[in-house]
Amino acid sequence: MCLAVPGRVLDIEERDGTRMANVDFGGVVKEVCLEYLPDLQVGEYAIVHVGFALQRLDEESAKQTLELFATLGMLQEEFGDPWEMAAEAGGTLPPEEEGARR
Amino acid sequence: MKYIDEFQDPDLARRLLDDIHSTVTRPWALMEVCGGQTHTIIRHGIDQLLPEQVELIHGPGCPVCVTPLEVIDKALEIASRPGVIFCSFGDMLRVPGTGRDLFQVRGAGGDVRVVYSPLDALRIAQQNPDREVVFFGIGFETTAPPNAMTVYQARRLGIRNFSLLVSHVRVPPAIEAIMQSPNCRVQGFLAAGHVCSVMGVEEYPELAERFRVPIVVTGFEPLDILEGVRRTVAQLERGEHTVDNAYPRAVRPEGNAAARAMLEDVFEVTDRAWRGIGVIPDSGWRLSAKYRDHDAEHRFSVEGIQTREPAECRSGEVLQGLLKPHECEAFGTLCTPRTPLGATMVSSEGACAAYYLYRRLELTPAPREASPVV
Ligand code: SF4
Repeated sequence: MCLAVPGRVLDIEERDGTRMANVDFGGVVKEVCLEYLPDLQVGEYAIVHVGFALQRLDEESAKQTLELFATLGMLQEEFGDPWEMAAEAGGTLPPEEEGARR
Repeated sequence: MKYIDEFQDPDLARRLLDDIHSTVTRPWALMEVCGGQTHTIIRHGIDQLLPEQVELIHGPGCPVCVTPLEVIDKALEIASRPGVIFCSFGDMLRVPGTGRDLFQVRGAGGDVRVVYSPLDALRIAQQNPDREVVFFGIGFETTAPPNAMTVYQARRLGIRNFSLLVSHVRVPPAIEAIMQSPNCRVQGFLAAGHVCSVMGVEEYPELAERFRVPIVVTGFEPLDILEGVRRTVAQLERGEHTVDNAYPRAVRPEGNAAARAMLEDVFEVTDRAWRGIGVIPDSGWRLSAKYRDHDAEHRFSVEGIQTREPAECRSGEVLQGLLKPHECEAFGTLCTPRTPLGATMVSSEGACAAYYLYRRLELTPAPREASPVV
């Protein structure tokens, strides 16, 4: 959750009186709120955290960061299915360990 | 253990490391504040590439880890109520409350949903006007502005069935608390880059001056960390203690003015308990009076919850940099990511999880016969 990922603005539209954009994070597209960077334009990059653009980033640094995150599997961590990940992490305890939890 | 050729730019990494090695003349202890930085450090073995004299102490900057047990238990209680849709970021699902977690609440029939953004939770509220939708608002100065904006929008659009369970925390009071602790060994800080993207650096000069400690704003990629360490060590060797920005591509000195203004409107500063650490004065935010209608604690009565921390867990010491995860007796034995005793083993930014994922095979847990921790 604390990961802030750089993304590229694909298109911008006004929704419910709020400036929203579709943003591309190395292949994954998410809806992002631009209210905190109101002059961000299509084609520009920004650091996005939990669906909000927080600071502009130049293209080169953005691309390098995205590449690094992809190599490290961090984009999967950020955008993958959280229930699956939580289940993999052990959603239910094996019975013999149930007592150890206390 | 990782090697330097795995760095994105191994030559630059080598040059930064050489510079640090040739600058350092005596031992220094630096604290990286952000849990994301802790993970980068452990994942890339940066602490092992640094000169022996430079010790990295892991700080409390993992939002999931520091959320107090009482708040987790309140979340579990609210999420179990009929008629409630409880929305959260995915990494809160497995954080142990007293006896259960959100994942198990869903298994027992609770309507727990994971969202990517708090605005998704607001949309769920719009689509389900007959249900109460609660969003779990945790995190530092990076996550607080999105949550603030969401509450602001709820009010503006008149969405009454949306509320926030707030447990936001602020970094500067934590730095102050760490420096004031009698056991404090920290001589320099790598400040959390993305927190400063929002807040800027204005809060730090006073702290740097008062505690005579350099504070270097640092990103969280491997090369960013090396550069942050390099600049901090250089200051320490010169006897300086100023605020320096080693992450200018994402941090402007003034931060993000629009986000700061929204924080000020929606939240007010309050004392906040940190899990494992205790109450730090002025270290958190709660909703201001104007937004009280959207405060889940106000809307649901969740008083009188009895919390119970596992006695073996020493995450409080880990979060304050007083203990390394593998020095905890339960590390890797009683406590693993599958059977976590503390949030620091669950969260993807937790120090215990980082050691378990990347270091377990190189470390031996403390011997079982050692005296039990109280
Ligand atoms: S290893 Fe587990 S029990 Fe020990 S401090 Fe970390 S989370 Fe707590």
